[in-house]
Amino acid sequence: MGLFYTFNFYLFGVLAIISAVTFVTRRSPVAAALWLVNTMFCLAALYVMMDAQFIGAIQVLVYAGAIMVVFLFVVMLLNLGHASDVTDVMSGKTRLAAAIAGLLFLAELFVLWKDDAPVPIAPPVEPAESGVIAQVAAPLFRDYLLAFEITSVLLLAAIVGAVVLAKRKTT
Amino acid sequence: MSWSLAFALLQVADPQLPPVSTSVFVIATVIKMIVVFTVLMVGVALLTLAERKISAWIQDRHGPNRVGWHGLLQPAADGVKNIMKEETYPDAAYLPLFVIAPALAFIPAMLTFAVIPFASPLPTGGGLIEMVVAPLPIGFLYILAIASLGVYGIVLAGWASNNKYSLLGGLRSSAQMVSYEIAMGLSTIAVLLLAGNVALNDIIWQQATTVWNFFGLAIAFVIFLIAAFAETNRLPFDLPEAESELIAGYHTEYSAMKFSLFFIAEYSNMVTASALLVTLFFGGWDIPFTLWDNQAPWSVVKTIVTGLAFAAKVLFFLFFYMWIRWTLPRFRYDQLMSLGWRILLPVSLVYIVVIAGTLLILDLLGVRPGALHGVILGVVNIVLAGVLFLVLDSGRIISPASRRLRADQLRRLRAMRSRSPLATPGGD
Repeated sequence: MGLFYTFNFYLFGVLAIISAVTFVTRRSPVAAALWLVNTMFCLAALYVMMDAQFIGAIQVLVYAGAIMVVFLFVVMLLNLGHASDVTDVMSGKTRLAAAIAGLLFLAELFVLWKDDAPVPIAPPVEPAESGVIAQVAAPLFRDYLLAFEITSVLLLAAIVGAVVLAKRKTT
Repeated sequence: MSWSLAFALLQVADPQLPPVSTSVFVIATVIKMIVVFTVLMVGVALLTLAERKISAWIQDRHGPNRVGWHGLLQPAADGVKNIMKEETYPDAAYLPLFVIAPALAFIPAMLTFAVIPFASPLPTGGGLIEMVVAPLPIGFLYILAIASLGVYGIVLAGWASNNKYSLLGGLRSSAQMVSYEIAMGLSTIAVLLLAGNVALNDIIWQQATTVWNFFGLAIAFVIFLIAAFAETNRLPFDLPEAESELIAGYHTEYSAMKFSLFFIAEYSNMVTASALLVTLFFGGWDIPFTLWDNQAPWSVVKTIVTGLAFAAKVLFFLFFYMWIRWTLPRFRYDQLMSLGWRILLPVSLVYIVVIAGTLLILDLLGVRPGALHGVILGVVNIVLAGVLFLVLDSGRIISPASRRLRADQLRRLRAMRSRSPLATPGGD
């Protein structure tokens, strides 16, 4: 863990936080979405620095490459992209929810500050013979097979549900 | 934004790397970056000329032949022209994104090439240098991840221009690229299954020691090829810039070098897609029928010869891209979507199951990966291709000219003809 590592850790960490803050404060949905993409990137970079390259690649592939593209697609399709079109609607309930979220965040910060630093998880020093993916796959398909399969059924149900909703005739 | 990830990824030293000192690693990486970037840029410039020359050849014309010997300096003239031209900015454009969009289209195309091995390792005084800019252990996933970002440049260019044709082009491209990305990713699962790893070096080694994947995994190759055309927005999938419908699509409002940058991005994407096709299905830098080039002792001669082999294969696919462009007409948009979702996606899903099953059975029977293994996979693919062709064709492409039409077939053909806008009333 040399100076190079520390420098990059803070670089990406600060970039991620700045992007996240900018993401919530932008009025234009397209600009906000792009800042969120940037946050994802910085997180991916941090994962890679922790030797979790698979997670880093999946982070970019799934969130930045697929979900945010679909998000942008919808924003453009509904032509919501211009800041002037977005009115600042804030009902009482929204304000209440925001206040509760803020309190929770403060409480988390307090716990983190009081708590001891977590024990760092040492990555395996020698990579497995079959590469980085096998290290992820082995526990997934041996120890947690049932949970994995149940999750996949859940996702399948979500897909089928989306198709059913899309196919329903509006009467 | 892509830079941050690239820098992080470049820091990760591959544990499989031979022990070279940090300074040698850094110097070698910088040199490789400069060389690859230069070769790609010069290559892209020459490809624009090649495209025009090949189109001219296909259409029986001369093509550009005024600047330099046989028009060889045409790319330089084009470059000078594009830099000297005035940049125009539409009044209603959203400037920050309008300016950044061409770069966003261009950067992912360059980044992807970083993990593709282009020759056998080069022995130097400082140790063995791998001939790839960044030998990542997750090589292939990195390519999928970065390739999925190429769509941002096009979408944002379309949106930021604030022009309805640009916006439509951007929307089309995002729908198209998201659709074909799925088929592309699924088709390569078979390759990964066979290699047992996602590192590109392992995929090349597996092909060098058995048979190239385009034989053993022929259907995956065809799906990947089609998806690669769609991902690079090349004809017959260039709907985002269909000039007969959308003026020029997403780059309608761009001028000068920004306009040119979209073309550079398109050609860089073509080079990367061709290199990927070669790596996944045609053995990368492997020279067929010999293991001489895949084993130590490494030498400079081996590096040069394998580099040339790689270049030859990539150039063939680049030619193939242009050949298709000047041969096939553009798809209709609904045809494009139906091909992606209703044919390529189910076929690639079924294919994964079949290939996984075949590999499992071969493993149970004790057939080790090798020549026999490859031949069995090839036979399975030929059978599958036959079945697929019969199902997909169902009398549409191949008319039953060998026998008389049945009455219902004749009625269907006549109905199709009367629906056509070119139908002559009463004529048969």
